[in-house]
Amino acid sequence: MQAVRNILKTFFLVELFAGLRLTLRNLFKPKFTVHYPEEKTPQSPRFRGLHAQRRYANGEERCIACKLCEAVCPALAITIESDVADDGTRRTTRYDIDLFKCIYCGFCEEACPVDAIVETRIHEYHMERRGENIMTKDKLLAVGDKYEAMIAADKAADARYR
Amino acid sequence: MAIWESIPEQFQMVLIILAQVLAVTIVVTLCVAYLTLAERKVIGYIQNRIGPNRVGPKGLLQPFADVIKLLLKEVVVPSSANRFLFVIAPLLSITPALAAWAVMPLFPGFTLANINAGLLYVLALTSLGVYGVILAGWASNSKYAFLGAMRSAAQIVAYEIAMGFALVAVVMASGSLNLGEIVEAQAGGAGLLNWFWLPLFPLFVVYFISGVAETNRAPFDVAEGESEIVAGFHVEYSGVTFAIFFLAEYANMILISALTAVFFLGGWLSPFQGLFGEDSVLGAPGLFWFALKTAFFLFCFLWFRATFPRYRYDQIMRLGWKIFIPVTIVWIFVLGAMIAFQVPPWFA
Amino acid sequence: MEILFYVFATVLVGAAIGVITARNPVHSVLYLVLAFFNSAVLWLLLEAEFLAIVLVLVYVGAVMVLFLFVVMMLDVNVESVKSGFTRYAPVGVLVMVIIAVELAQVIWVRHMGLRGVGELTPMPADYNNTRELGLLLYTEYFYAFELAAVILLVAIVAAISLTMRRRPGLKAQDIARQVGVRREDRVKLVKMDAEERQ
Repeated sequence: MQAVRNILKTFFLVELFAGLRLTLRNLFKPKFTVHYPEEKTPQSPRFRGLHAQRRYANGEERCIACKLCEAVCPALAITIESDVADDGTRRTTRYDIDLFKCIYCGFCEEACPVDAIVETRIHEYHMERRGENIMTKDKLLAVGDKYEAMIAADKAADARYR
Repeated sequence: MAIWESIPEQFQMVLIILAQVLAVTIVVTLCVAYLTLAERKVIGYIQNRIGPNRVGPKGLLQPFADVIKLLLKEVVVPSSANRFLFVIAPLLSITPALAAWAVMPLFPGFTLANINAGLLYVLALTSLGVYGVILAGWASNSKYAFLGAMRSAAQIVAYEIAMGFALVAVVMASGSLNLGEIVEAQAGGAGLLNWFWLPLFPLFVVYFISGVAETNRAPFDVAEGESEIVAGFHVEYSGVTFAIFFLAEYANMILISALTAVFFLGGWLSPFQGLFGEDSVLGAPGLFWFALKTAFFLFCFLWFRATFPRYRYDQIMRLGWKIFIPVTIVWIFVLGAMIAFQVPPWFA
Repeated sequence: MEILFYVFATVLVGAAIGVITARNPVHSVLYLVLAFFNSAVLWLLLEAEFLAIVLVLVYVGAVMVLFLFVVMMLDVNVESVKSGFTRYAPVGVLVMVIIAVELAQVIWVRHMGLRGVGELTPMPADYNNTRELGLLLYTEYFYAFELAAVILLVAIVAAISLTMRRRPGLKAQDIARQVGVRREDRVKLVKMDAEERQ
């Protein structure tokens, strides 16, 4: 009896039609596509994108050249050289992040004792020439200055989970 | 007009025929272009996406972007490939797909070439498409291409037999090999109940599934199974030559859809022939109905591709030889009985 | 029409020569396909469209595909085939001479016979030679036709029985059983409560 039913099921393509019905129903369902440049998916404040270096409110740069980020970086993307500045403080003379090496893990941000290096939410950036992939200290500070409001807001939003 | 009159009569005829051929070819090619877009759209919608929508309004210019891209790309001929066969193979696969349109009854009283053995002509041409695939696979000098070609050849030869048997039944039912007369034979007051899909239902299913297999489309696309043999027979092709293979595949899909419409769904006949009468808008036969039926089968092609996973190769062979061919033979006998007992409304 | 005939006949003869002179067996098969095509066209010129199309359908569409299939799979060693050339040459020449004589005879006899028939007249446009062939095959030559069919059937059965071997201990898939598997045989849905949190 079961065998006969199986043969009938095969010959009347029952399971194939079940599959076709499923796909046909999906044809008319609302679509999930986000029209990217016009629409964007919401981002978390923890999003790890382009790097930035921050300053204190008085304009003094936060980084103290402790080199913890350089040590923790799993991709060896960070290169730091330091010296004593004119006011006697320890400062970096060179702070390079190679964006091609960086894996955007966020360990540098976690390691930083003064919240100097951060990863911002900026993810729509590109390079056109060789060498542009190196984020120098000046470029990092420039990004930090430009997006300080956003960075501060993101850090504040995330602060209670840390 | 004066220039037209001055041309000798034979040349006038040649020119008219050339113009008709050109018109049909261009329309088919345009249909192919938009079929590629329709495929991406339909499969996108089934997968809850929206498909291409950037080039032109709603993505309507996407096919042209694709064509221009492919035309501008370099044609790479692999080293130690057979250059002549490598280049000629795509042409061998596109020619039959377009040539078969010569006998297609598009609307009442119009076929490019109204030949008596039209059905045989179509069968012969569809069986030639395999040469392009085999030669492409062999001339590429690549094992993936060769495996794809071998699979495709065996598959096409197997399914052609089932297809041929299904068409034997169509010939029995209509009593003619002429595609126009086959359509006429399906006319009648009962409208769509008068068409051959009802008395020949198993053969209708077998024919269409064999058609899907013959065009190497999913779920029978082992010839290009990208999961195991990269892209099968056209793995070494690029640029224009690849574009022609692409064109041939879609032209074959349109051809099979149109043929299924002609053989089993009454071609240009209206489904409401008896309901509204031949003179009303909905009841009149015409190109519109033919296009609608063809479009339905084309949608089925895309629908199948979005629904079914690829068959395993030995299962394809089993389906073709051990299931389809016996089914068609049995139904030919049933049909013979139906004709002998003059079952109305088809054979009365 | 005359010009067309000579064009296609020339290509046909050229292709036939190509079949036996081509070094690559695949090229030989392709020349043979070309030869079939051109002979089909010659038949079309004789208004035998049924035969022409069937020639393309059966020989080009099916038989030659299988030929190609086999030839491509075989790694034919051209040198070893050539080595026997001088040994088999006398037999080849003999066969060739016999064929030539037979052909000449047929042409000669035909030529003599045709005079009696008189001028060949073209059939009207609505003449359907498929129907005529069918009528002839299923009435006058019915027994011969059926006999041919039975012989072919016997050949198929013989070929299958010659090649089908059942080797014991062969591990092969039984597709019918694989296809016949039902979800109920393989999947068991078990309902159980969530475990206590550790």
